[in-house]
Amino acid sequence: MIAIYRRELSAYFNSAIAYVVLAVFFFFSGFFFINYCVGGNTTSLSYVYGSMFYIIMFLIPVLTMKTFSEEKRQKTDQALLTSPTSLTEIVAGKFLGAFTIFGMCCSIFIIYAIVISFFAQPQWSVVLCTLLGVLLLGAALIAINVFISSLTESMVVAAVIGMAVGLIIDTMSYIISLIPVGWIADTVSKINFLNYYTNFTYGILSVVDVVFFLSVTALFLFFTVRVLEKRRWS
Amino acid sequence: MIEVKNLTKSYGRLKAIDNISFSVDTGEVLGFLGPNGAGKSTTMNIITGYISSSSGTVTVDGAEILEQPRKAKSKIGYLPEIPPLYTDMTVRRYLEFMFELKRVKLPKREHIDEIMRVVSINEQADRIIGHLSKGFRQRVGFAQALLGNPPVIILDEPTVGLDPKQIIEIRKLIRSLGKKHTVIFSSHVLSEISAACDRIIVINRGKIVADAKVDELAGVLSGGQRLSLIVEGSPSAITEEIKLLPGVTRVKKERELSGGSARYTVSYDSDTDVRRAVFGAMARIDCPILEMKSGDESLEEMFLKLTEQSEGGDEE
Repeated sequence: MIAIYRRELSAYFNSAIAYVVLAVFFFFSGFFFINYCVGGNTTSLSYVYGSMFYIIMFLIPVLTMKTFSEEKRQKTDQALLTSPTSLTEIVAGKFLGAFTIFGMCCSIFIIYAIVISFFAQPQWSVVLCTLLGVLLLGAALIAINVFISSLTESMVVAAVIGMAVGLIIDTMSYIISLIPVGWIADTVSKINFLNYYTNFTYGILSVVDVVFFLSVTALFLFFTVRVLEKRRWS
Repeated sequence: MIEVKNLTKSYGRLKAIDNISFSVDTGEVLGFLGPNGAGKSTTMNIITGYISSSSGTVTVDGAEILEQPRKAKSKIGYLPEIPPLYTDMTVRRYLEFMFELKRVKLPKREHIDEIMRVVSINEQADRIIGHLSKGFRQRVGFAQALLGNPPVIILDEPTVGLDPKQIIEIRKLIRSLGKKHTVIFSSHVLSEISAACDRIIVINRGKIVADAKVDELAGVLSGGQRLSLIVEGSPSAITEEIKLLPGVTRVKKERELSGGSARYTVSYDSDTDVRRAVFGAMARIDCPILEMKSGDESLEEMFLKLTEQSEGGDEE
């Protein structure tokens, strides 16, 4: 697993992907920070977090599009699958690689909070809680996109589908409001990511929210393992 | 060392391989021969655990590939048809990655240096794989398969796309590997297999059509000896005369040559030697023999015969 994790990280930094993703993330977060916090004269980072949601939607598919689709296309999966390493380890290594890059992106929020602390007292509980929320949300999205990547040989297809799924997740509340049947709407709203994410931005750390994102992550990583396993058997 | 039992792989109704069984002993170099699409790669992919079989078992050094995959896979070095290379890495980084992936327990730097020496890529160690030529990439793939000195090495068409000099080098390498490792390698080029292997398995349409030692194979199949002649004179008289000789089963005029001579192929029973008789007969009718060559059927012809036979069998 460690070998795959290290290989993933070096692949991100050998190609332009890591730099582009980090640059875009830092640019927009900086832009929102200046606009909302410095311009709006507030210590609350929640607007910045909220706006970054869209950026994350687009960046994560880019980050994960190569994970399995490219391996399959280049036939390098043959090296992985015939090595004495289990599928779970392979999937976990790849997931952690993408998650590390995402973690690097999010670390910028700490810096913003420190910048604020020079001028006023930031609400550390809210800052850290939201950071945890963003990381958990990111983990879930990365797992979903890794799964999408395992379904196709084309990384463009993987990225486009990933972004579409991201948009659906983002507009979930609106979609739910369109469902006329009450119980279906209720059921669907149970998997509305934003419901679980919003609590973090208020500084509320609830077990339910944490468990939700962790389960989504685990579920899709498990699906990915199953897809790889199925490919072997078909 | 490797035990393959009743292996079948079906894709829907199509059977890519159909009830294959064979075993390979320690230190043996086994050639896997067959036309393209015969099921060679499929068989190798199943042995290495890349894909699963529909039924049947593969055991590598006592470990069943599906039941103890980690143990079985750690004993195999595999070079697939397309070398699994990460083109964004340097040769050394890639080999280090594969070294870790395979959990090799040897001193890392020395071992990788040694392997790179064996396949002569030490000068390319710090180059990016994507910039290497096909021959060097193939060798990097080779190096990857050799990492950790696995007891079993499986090579899928290792010489495709290489130039003649590289082919000879790879062949030598395979030969030298056979001393310490059990090697299976596939090819659709016969001369290559006969040069490097102890034993050949011929596979066609997913079935084994022959399994024999290289030197036995010719005897098993040819069912007789052949003589190739160039004789000057009237073709009909020459054919008539040779046909009458005891032991001769068939005479065929291959083609007319300049100066009134022609090439003939004479088939005869393997327990008689007709060369002297042919000489006598030609001297009697005053037709000078310009060339006489005896020889078994070539492996190429045998191979065609084998694969045609098995195809004919399918249609019945």
